Amino acid sequence: MTDLTRLNAASLADLIATKQVSAVEVATAHLDRIAAVDDRVHAFLHVSRAEALAAAERVDRGEVTGPLAGVPIAVKDVVATEGIPTTAASKILEGWKPPYDATIVARLKAAGMPILGKTNMDEFAMGSSTEYSAYGPTKNPWDLGRIPGGSGGGSSAAIAAYEAPLAIGTDTGGSIRQPGAVTGTVGAKPTYGGTSRYGLIAFSSSLDTPGPCARTVEDAALLHAVIAGHDPRDSTSINQSVPDVVAAARLGKNGDLTGVKLGIVKEFAGDGSEPGVTAAFRESLDALVKLGAEIVEVSCPHFEYALPAYYLIAPSEASSNLARFDGVRYGLRTGDDGNRSLEEVMSLTRDEGFGPEVKRRIILGTYALSSGYYDAYYGQAQKVRTLITRDFQSAFEQVDVLVSPTTPFTAFPFGSRTSDPYQMYLADLFTIPTNLYGGPAISVPCGLSEGLPVGFQIMAPTMADDRMYRVAAALESAVGTLTPPAL
Amino acid sequence: MSYEDVLTRYEPVIGLETHVELGTKTKMFCGCKTDFGAEPNTQTCPVCLALPGALPVMNRAAIEATIQIGLALNCDIAEWCRMARKNYFYPDMPKNFQTSQYDEPLCVEGYVDVTVDGKEYRIGIERVHIEEDTGKTLHVGGATGRIHGATESLVDYNRAGIPLVEIVTKPVPGLGALAPEVAKAYVAELRDIVRALGVSDVRMEQGSMRCDVNTSLNLPGDDWGTRTETKNVNSLRSVERAVRSEIIRQAGILDDGGKIFQETRHFQETTGDTRSGRSKETATDYRYFPEPDLVPIAADPVWVTSLREALPEKPSVKRARLREEWGISESDMQSAANAGAVELIEETIAAGASPAGARKWWLGELARRSNELGVELSEAGATPVQVAELQKLVDDGKLNDKLARQVLEGVVAGEGDPAAVMASRGLEVVNDTGALTAAVDEAIAANPDIAAKIRDGKVAAAGALVGAVMKTTRGQADAKTVRDLILERLGAS
Ligand SMILES: [Zn+2]
Repeated sequence: MTDLTRLNAASLADLIATKQVSAVEVATAHLDRIAAVDDRVHAFLHVSRAEALAAAERVDRGEVTGPLAGVPIAVKDVVATEGIPTTAASKILEGWKPPYDATIVARLKAAGMPILGKTNMDEFAMGSSTEYSAYGPTKNPWDLGRIPGGSGGGSSAAIAAYEAPLAIGTDTGGSIRQPGAVTGTVGAKPTYGGTSRYGLIAFSSSLDTPGPCARTVEDAALLHAVIAGHDPRDSTSINQSVPDVVAAARLGKNGDLTGVKLGIVKEFAGDGSEPGVTAAFRESLDALVKLGAEIVEVSCPHFEYALPAYYLIAPSEASSNLARFDGVRYGLRTGDDGNRSLEEVMSLTRDEGFGPEVKRRIILGTYALSSGYYDAYYGQAQKVRTLITRDFQSAFEQVDVLVSPTTPFTAFPFGSRTSDPYQMYLADLFTIPTNLYGGPAISVPCGLSEGLPVGFQIMAPTMADDRMYRVAAALESAVGTLTPPAL
Repeated sequence: MSYEDVLTRYEPVIGLETHVELGTKTKMFCGCKTDFGAEPNTQTCPVCLALPGALPVMNRAAIEATIQIGLALNCDIAEWCRMARKNYFYPDMPKNFQTSQYDEPLCVEGYVDVTVDGKEYRIGIERVHIEEDTGKTLHVGGATGRIHGATESLVDYNRAGIPLVEIVTKPVPGLGALAPEVAKAYVAELRDIVRALGVSDVRMEQGSMRCDVNTSLNLPGDDWGTRTETKNVNSLRSVERAVRSEIIRQAGILDDGGKIFQETRHFQETTGDTRSGRSKETATDYRYFPEPDLVPIAADPVWVTSLREALPEKPSVKRARLREEWGISESDMQSAANAGAVELIEETIAAGASPAGARKWWLGELARRSNELGVELSEAGATPVQVAELQKLVDDGKLNDKLARQVLEGVVAGEGDPAAVMASRGLEVVNDTGALTAAVDEAIAANPDIAAKIRDGKVAAAGALVGAVMKTTRGQADAKTVRDLILERLGAS
């Protein structure tokens, strides 16, 4: 019998819909796989076996139908799931069970997708390796001595390790795309406002975007279609119809990109990418040209300021968003012995509950918003953001999409970048500009460098998510998908 | 050192920041109800409890009410503005930041005209902005209800997220000794304006309208002095007292060569003076920044225009009109306004009462009762329709003044409408001449000496017999009828 965990989501959905296999069988296969390998991968912080099987049974009883009905999914632990622990990989929320579902989780449930569990991540989505998880890092299925990327390393590793066919990630500066790149999987960041943030534990409100993680472009598009669309509970949600990403992915599969203009960013050249990353990227460009695409060099002069602007805006918003974790209403409370003042208890709680990277960013953001520094830091960063947006807009007058490597380097060994935060921050060099602009971007596997996956990034204009899926599917058809070594 | 003496040497500058809790059905960023007095934490949800992941969505009714207030205060309405986060840690503020407005208020540059002692003063409005209220902290286990000595602190988040409008005046110089009265008149006018809009019940006693008063003194010709901010000013009278006492306190310090420190002070209702609040060694840095969870507010000019056109008559204009219609003096109208009786009197007149009759009940019996109970006049127990009915019974001669007051007692005690109370308590004026004649004859028989005097033409002596008759009829007879009857029976008419 076929190993159900090796099938992609589209195939599983088809088998379930045609009753060739039951949703319970599919869920069970994945739960068994998790039981077999997750002690080595550590992609999951919590496995919701009972809930997943109950959801699968509802599909088998015919109570729920839909394009992905019965296809199980893993959800990043930063997304609220009713009754299922949601910690954002932080000690400060250990054991917290939300009394409500995030909008995207409610949509997964309505689509009949059993939730296998919650995936590991850098604490509060701050990091590029999962090494900042309070519950230990996730291992890259390609090499268990290396990082799976971050912050959503758990979601991407779960897919790469065949523990789940699909997963939900969130992308603030590259947290879907960079893990996708280093685990050889697909990760898409939709247009900001294209997917609801309601129920997503906020890191940086103006940047956070939930999106799909999958092993194929079409699977990512199918999941994208399930979770996207206007949500009245999110004020920043876009009230427009969702581009038909599934049709675009299927169109791209036929491998014809005649007339499509791909822009390469002049300022990304000489960026310190590993030679193997640059080589794989160049080969992919050649492959796309063979499919009919045209390559145009464009200039985005302000991209070089994206990283510093991001590291002012995101921590500033985070310093305020994370203020609610004070031990008063939920989560950890430390030092409440009847003798200490409220201020002391709040302070002890936050000191114990937050890890070093979270504290670093709270302090950075608090400083950047302080009176007397606001204009120089937060204000200036917002101006840079506007300039970067203009760079994108003028680039998209010349080309259909922009392309780049997803991240400058492949999966690095544990501990190799934790001592110098800046070395860690460089992982998001190519992904951050898109977040500041708000447009969609996708990372798709494009080959190996010294045996490790390399990601190819495609960036599109806001609300033109379909465009990136088309190009991504075309590239996938040309270079194929990647299969990691057996665990 | 008298207040008058102080004002010969110093010039005060005042400013007022007023918070008005809006009467929207639901909170500002979620669908929770805003009913007053509900069980603690029953009107809460993930949004107003700031559970991880929850997001705010703006209540359109709150924006509309804020624009209405801005328009009624002659403000310009911003075409585009944003909410801002005011960051500070406090347990009754679930997010540990307050969603407010900072440098982009919704309404700016307005004014309010108030009249004191026949002279008009224009109070500039700097800004009107929208923000959310906090929850309430309750300290239990201590003797005083304060945090000191308490064993536990409980937080009720029912109020958290209720929309608040903050109205900030420009500094007002040049008022001299009238500063306290102008401050009070401004707050009263603001209350009437907001009440007329129907967007808040503006009850200072219940905290749905709260005032902070800024006061400074300077020598004539000098720059303005350092100001203090007095909080906890919870009635119109307190506004006046707070300004007055702060002027005197500051003058005392300045006279002694001292310096005024910029600080928050608290008004003491019992003593009428202000006390220094918790001293803060460093100024709080609220780290304001634009709220990224909410899209900017861009009020459609067509909408703003329609709100402007639908504004109700200004309270000052309305008072002038009613004063004319009712034929009363400025000060009578002022006392009606201060008692919150204008609308009630108006409705009573509409229900058929004469202006004098309507005013008499609302400013007399019912005002006394509302003061005793410490409730608003509208909650003293009678409706305008009932008052009009009561007055009609008097006008028709069915009740005299004394009986009418007894009927009103029954009405406010919930015994029914005036006619029903009159019937059930048997309070109608006795007009039955047969019964009255018997009572008169009885009184004549019991007082032969007085009767003789009357027969002799000493008509004034009839008063004693009238009293006797009124006593036997328990006040239910009409005194004039009784008198006429006595004179008739004694052949003296
Ligand atoms: Zn609520």
